[in-house]
Amino acid sequence: MAELLVWPALLAYGEAAVAYAGSLRGTGASARLGIWGVRIGWLAQTALLVAQALDSDGFPWGTWAGALNLFVWLVVGAYLIWGCTPRYRLLGLAVMPLAVALLVAAWAGGGTGVSSNDTAGWLLALHVGLMLAGFAGLTLAAGLAGLYLWQERRLKQRDTGVLRLRLPPLDSLDRLSARTALISLGVLSAGIVVGLGSFDQGDFDVPMAVTLAIWALYTVGLLLRREKSLRGRRFALLLLAGFALVAIVLPLTHFAS
Amino acid sequence: MRLTLVGVSHRQAPVELRERVAVDAAGATALARELADGCEAVVLSTCNRTELYLASDGPSDHLDERASGTLLALAGDDGAALAPVLYRLGDDSAALHLFRVAAGLDSLVPGEGEILGQVRDAFEGGSTGPLLDRLFRQALHAGRRARVETAIGESPASVPAAAAALAQQVFGDLGGRRILLVGAGKMSELTARNLRSRGAVIEAVANRTEAHGEELATRVESRAVGLEEIPALLATADVVVTSTSAPGFVIDPATAEAALRGRRGRPLLFVDLAVPRDVDPALATIDGCFVYDVDDLEAVVEAARRPQGRGGSRRATRRRRGRALPRVAGLAGSRPRDRLASRPRGGDPQR
Repeated sequence: MAELLVWPALLAYGEAAVAYAGSLRGTGASARLGIWGVRIGWLAQTALLVAQALDSDGFPWGTWAGALNLFVWLVVGAYLIWGCTPRYRLLGLAVMPLAVALLVAAWAGGGTGVSSNDTAGWLLALHVGLMLAGFAGLTLAAGLAGLYLWQERRLKQRDTGVLRLRLPPLDSLDRLSARTALISLGVLSAGIVVGLGSFDQGDFDVPMAVTLAIWALYTVGLLLRREKSLRGRRFALLLLAGFALVAIVLPLTHFAS
Repeated sequence: MRLTLVGVSHRQAPVELRERVAVDAAGATALARELADGCEAVVLSTCNRTELYLASDGPSDHLDERASGTLLALAGDDGAALAPVLYRLGDDSAALHLFRVAAGLDSLVPGEGEILGQVRDAFEGGSTGPLLDRLFRQALHAGRRARVETAIGESPASVPAAAAALAQQVFGDLGGRRILLVGAGKMSELTARNLRSRGAVIEAVANRTEAHGEELATRVESRAVGLEEIPALLATADVVVTSTSAPGFVIDPATAEAALRGRRGRPLLFVDLAVPRDVDPALATIDGCFVYDVDDLEAVVEAARRPQGRGGSRRATRRRRGRALPRVAGLAGSRPRDRLASRPRGGDPQR
């Protein structure tokens, strides 16, 4: 019964995606509809996750579809922190269609149902939770980087509508994306350390290698930003390159195992 | 007495063409003297227009030819491109056009206050006689009344405000941001005041004439420097507002690239209010550099003022326009549209 909660979540996320697309042309009403869609959808998905946790014996999101369900919840939750402010609402244009697509994939893979025979321990649950939270944060940082590149393009091309459809300032997007990447890297590092606790020799595989590559890429990027002033367009491109790796590692992690 | 107006404005000509015929205050005075051979002459040259007003007892065709020839000569190689965008008005139509200009009705941002001072400067620098003297005095009077007695000057949008809003689109909060003013023109002062009201700091006023630079620097609580200090100041400034009357570019890509090396990746916004332009448009291709000239800013203002969708803003605009226009028309004691439509002798500047 609890798995029916996926439908209100999907409907609300879908409504938000459509409303954000509409807000590009219309007034603030569409954007407000969008944010309410995000809020209602996130509450419905939270209820779904709580129901899954209560009905399960162990860690209920151990499968790739379950992890995807949790991942979507984390991404939308992170978006809600900034998405509520009018300036960052348009970030929803990048986030919400992705959330809908991933939640549909999670539902198709059975990740929104309840399985009572999961026996994963708390260490694995913590590891998966931290890794997914880290990846969700990096996804959000990539969304902010995409918004930065869009805003930069409008300013460079002297788009006459730049004061009509106002995006967040370039400087704020640059700083916010770096801060989001830094926090996410910290969470990802914690997830990797927790994962090392249950690491056996011979377990090293492709998903682990790609995860370490992601960690190294973001670490180097943030160090270059601090030491060599890697900012603006080049930093945004680095964040998007990192996200491309995240998009590869997530399916690899779960389909390969 | 016959009155003839020949001119070019933002309505038909882009900045690339307008800057070819733009002259500074001293140039306008000299040109008016040159044209006033046997007639009265006033040259009005601003960012948006260059207009020659001539009056004499002789045939108007002769005045028309002289004014057109002068503008085409100023345009030089671009004369062929200029000829089709020149407008010509005579007598009542020319007078009414001047009233519209002074009242700010012909400005891209209706009611903007800068034009009234520019008309006054043109009048004071012109070679006037009985007709142009009375005409310009009445136009200035009507322009002042239009602003005092109607709502036309209440427009929230203006080029200086747009420049400040653009700076906020790049930097967000302008608190503590450093502004470099290059040139001591009125538009740059208005822009500086707008930026200061949002928390920015005017780091320096770079001007060719030290006394003018000092005057403006005192008014905006800054310091005056020479133009040779611009390269060093570019390394620390966040927004550069230029409005010199220099004939060529004051800031070129080589200067900007050298400055950007010391900026640790911080963006740099150039607001070029000058005609001819002070900032080489090639700067826009440099990573981290954003360049807006006066045409870009006016286009941004116009787009921002355009009502969105079918909602309340369009109704509000109609209401505001409905309040302002009849009163302005009443000042001239006639219906401007009908009279202007009656005698156009060239391209229609009201289009």
